[in-house]
Amino acid sequence: MRYLLVEDNVKLAAAIMDRLTMDGHVVDHADKIGVAEDFVSTAEYDMILLDIMLPDGDGREFLSNHRSRQDETPVIVLTARSEVSDRVGVLDLGADDYITKPFDFSELEARCRAVWRRQSGGVTNAKRFGDVIFDSLAGTLNVGSQTVSLRNKELRLLEIFFGAPEVIFSKTKLVDRLFPYDEDVSENAIEVYVGRLRRHIASSSVQIITVRGLGYRLSLV
Amino acid sequence: MTAISNVSGSIRRRLTLQLLGIAAVLAALLFIMVMTFAKQVAEESQDNILTASATSILDSAAIQGGGVTVDIPYSALSMLGNVSDDRVFYRVTANGKFLTGYKGLSVTKPGRKQERHSFMTSHYMGESIRMVSATRRLSYASGPVEVTVSVAQTLKRQTETLERISTSAFYLGFGFFIAAAILGVLSVQSAVKPIQILADSVSRRGPQDLRAVQAPVPGEMAPLVVALNRFMERLKKSLTRSEEFIAEAAHRVRTPLAVLRTQAEIALRRVERPENRASLKEMIRAIDESSRAAGQLLDHAMVSFRTDHLEVTKIDLLELGRETLERHQPLAEMQDKTLIIEGETPPPVSGDAILIQNALSNIIDNAIKYAPFGEDIKIRIGTEGHWVVVSVFDQGEGFNETDIKHLTTRFSRGGNAENTIGSGLGLTIAEEVVQAHGGYLKLSNRKNVTGACVSFYFPQS
Repeated sequence: MRYLLVEDNVKLAAAIMDRLTMDGHVVDHADKIGVAEDFVSTAEYDMILLDIMLPDGDGREFLSNHRSRQDETPVIVLTARSEVSDRVGVLDLGADDYITKPFDFSELEARCRAVWRRQSGGVTNAKRFGDVIFDSLAGTLNVGSQTVSLRNKELRLLEIFFGAPEVIFSKTKLVDRLFPYDEDVSENAIEVYVGRLRRHIASSSVQIITVRGLGYRLSLV
Repeated sequence: MTAISNVSGSIRRRLTLQLLGIAAVLAALLFIMVMTFAKQVAEESQDNILTASATSILDSAAIQGGGVTVDIPYSALSMLGNVSDDRVFYRVTANGKFLTGYKGLSVTKPGRKQERHSFMTSHYMGESIRMVSATRRLSYASGPVEVTVSVAQTLKRQTETLERISTSAFYLGFGFFIAAAILGVLSVQSAVKPIQILADSVSRRGPQDLRAVQAPVPGEMAPLVVALNRFMERLKKSLTRSEEFIAEAAHRVRTPLAVLRTQAEIALRRVERPENRASLKEMIRAIDESSRAAGQLLDHAMVSFRTDHLEVTKIDLLELGRETLERHQPLAEMQDKTLIIEGETPPPVSGDAILIQNALSNIIDNAIKYAPFGEDIKIRIGTEGHWVVVSVFDQGEGFNETDIKHLTTRFSRGGNAENTIGSGLGLTIAEEVVQAHGGYLKLSNRKNVTGACVSFYFPQS
């Protein structure tokens, strides 16, 4: 996905960019409203992450200009202010959601997904691998004529595998991406979810292979 | 909110008392004047009749056969009237020698020659009398003879008349007093009215309404209104400052924490050794704890600030519950927890939507945090008597019965919260909000299943 990050704190912006890049996203950074306007007018983004307090103005101004241009690109507001005071306004001005700093990246991802799901309004976002069709927004898996609804963790796990087939993911990496950090989850939990996924795709040409000592990878039979 | 003010005296009472005092003095003066005048008139008319009577007796005095004869005409005594049982006395003397009448009637000292009549008030036979003496000089061979006629009448009738007049005068004075009092009270009321109107217009205002008072007021009250307007101007400034301060404080605290947390997450992705990973996770937990505490402290500050200045609207709690739930959906999904809302549109509640949403948000946040992985969190909207009840159920371990009483005090956490991030302000915030709306918060454990239930009771508007 392609993100535009509008944030004036250079250190925070660098860290968020690093973190999003790690998950394979492309991120452009604007430290001012003016720069952000330039970016928006020249490129298409899947998501704009917008800070409120910016050196050359209020992020809310950018937001209302953005919406008045009929630009549908979703916006999640990053706020450092109290929720009570900030909730007023940003949603009314057309933000799709907001998240309070500091945030958990898995929460940010979850919010982005929720926004995309709302916005797609039934448009499929299906990926095919072998004879399996996976729609990460609808949360469904098609094997032949069968459609399975996935639970959240299964969906997230499959998203990771489908994003990079044939790549080996260690259990540790998978735990990091699936669970919030404030939960003590043992790596065995991954085995449970992998087991469930294997049952869903048992009849297909796709399988999840255990690579002893290294982790799992998605592969064709 | 009860307003207590240091009340010293009342303009209305003081003015009323003064006006009543003046009315009483005027009424008393009126009474005295009427009585004096009446007495004067009564005395004059009696004196006139007495004089006429004495004069007619004197006129009949003549010298016949060497002696003075007085033929007392009937009319002389009858003109004194017999309406009342006043008694009439007379006495006739010639050159100081008693001729006829009541001998004991004390004689008026002969006045000076020029005066024909003299009056006196005295006592005779145990009664007060008014007496007139008239003198006439008759010529006689042996020289002039001075004939003096004294006619007296008791004062019974006059006293009776005066008593009657006095009663009437008393009623007149009293009536005057009552009329003056009523007019006085009315005019005091109309004088005090602008003050009441100003007070009403100020207390009718919404809590956020700090505009200057525009209503026309009498000139005497202008300094008060000017001072009030200046005060509100200052108050507005200070409220804006404290709001800005809270926002600024949040910004200052949270931005570095966000940098720290993001860096820690990145580091966690890069390190492999389990000890390092464990300490990084510990670090992230600590950051989350402090940012949550900072967040709740700021929320709490904002809530305390807003509970004094509620922005009241009519709220549909089902709608508000749905909105809040939607906001938490991604968080719940991350943990495979399902958020359910049930209930029908309840009667509207008047309140501050942002505050109620914040309180509800804190409780749902708690529920998501404490409930085990993959469980449901349910919100039910219902009514109980005149209360609209919003209950949040989770499937966690529930409250420890001994904790329930003090859980809503600041920074208090239940004994079963050791592994969960939180500052313990969530329930406090919820309780303060619900109390500011005239309701209460009830903590309980679910009946048939394990889990906690937090219920907000809001009065129907």
